[in-house]
Amino acid sequence: MDKHFQYVLRMGDNALILGQRMSEWCGHSPFLEEDIAMANCALDHVGRARMLLTHAGTLEEKGRTEDDLAFLRDEREIFNFLICELPIGDYAFTLMRQYLVDVYHFHLYSGLEKSSDSMLASIAAKAIKETTYHVRRSGDWIIKLGDGSDESRQRMQDALDELWGYTGELFAADEVDDYASCKGIGPDPHALRSDWERDVFDKLRTATLSIPEEVWQISGGREGVHTETMGALLAEMQFLQRSYPGLNW
Amino acid sequence: MSDREILQLLESVHDPEIPSLSIEDLGVLRSARASDDTVEVVITPTYSGCPAMDVIEADIKKCLTSNGFRNVLVITQLAPAWTTEWLTEKGREILKKSGIAPPSRCGSVSFSENRIIECPMCDSKSVELLSQFGTTACKALYRCQTCLEPFDYFKCH
Repeated sequence: MDKHFQYVLRMGDNALILGQRMSEWCGHSPFLEEDIAMANCALDHVGRARMLLTHAGTLEEKGRTEDDLAFLRDEREIFNFLICELPIGDYAFTLMRQYLVDVYHFHLYSGLEKSSDSMLASIAAKAIKETTYHVRRSGDWIIKLGDGSDESRQRMQDALDELWGYTGELFAADEVDDYASCKGIGPDPHALRSDWERDVFDKLRTATLSIPEEVWQISGGREGVHTETMGALLAEMQFLQRSYPGLNW
Repeated sequence: MSDREILQLLESVHDPEIPSLSIEDLGVLRSARASDDTVEVVITPTYSGCPAMDVIEADIKKCLTSNGFRNVLVITQLAPAWTTEWLTEKGREILKKSGIAPPSRCGSVSFSENRIIECPMCDSKSVELLSQFGTTACKALYRCQTCLEPFDYFKCH
């Protein structure tokens, strides 16, 4: 697989799968304003997925559209980070995931604004504005709930402990990332990690949460090896195109 | 038909989510160029996932085909990225009249909203943030502490 294509495809998959998970809250969030905010953030991710997958399809030169890539690939051909596909859990879990991923995206898209791939740079210029809002919002919640009541603090801590083992995958560079960074297509994943840690550690301390010790780390999403919940997610997301191929609005 | 006349025709195309605002006032319409019976219109999306863009594209096509153009090509251009600085003066007034506080003159998005925002109803500067997102992705929800009305604020972007 062409490395440039693979690099863009992975980012498209992260946006797609995270956007799909977030949209599960639509109509179910704890209160109305939050419901609207979560759905709007989900929309940003789905919109980004459309642009990235369209671009990936162009790079691949096999005529696949954004819809082909989103709806007609099987689990083993989808390359998102595992953290994006985890079930939504309680609202603490959702917000903690958002925050950890939002900070990652903030530094990733800041780097991509300078990409040698002009289409990626354009997408990033758009995405970075939205992501700045995302970080602001999820970061506020980390502090409000972390430094909140006993129960909210405990729930945020539990969420953090559970998610921590999935964060290493965000920075585990392989030959695709090395290729991208070497060609000036994407930022250096090692630099991303130090930027991310600086921001996240600082926020967690302010929120009176304890930074987990590194006990275990899991990865696999980027090789197409997913958690057991991925199949159900895809079944829901892809159902229409699988059952009624080519169906249009 | 000159490019300017085409842009005038397109003044009738409005943002489906803020119907009082034309796409020109919103700053989404970038350019139009005609040759023979073909016209090329360039638009820039406000937000990556803005669901209004598909409707806007369809409305542009409808507007121009009903005015005799056989081929209408709508090109979505991402760079330079849309910013609220592109809202026209008229656009800002229309927003305010619709009860939406126009974006403060800002430059770009920042990590904190420490700008001065005025209540579109009573012009009070004493307002509080209720939610980072309002009725659409491009707005936040505020409440005026003077007249107590809640209102949408068109976020700096």
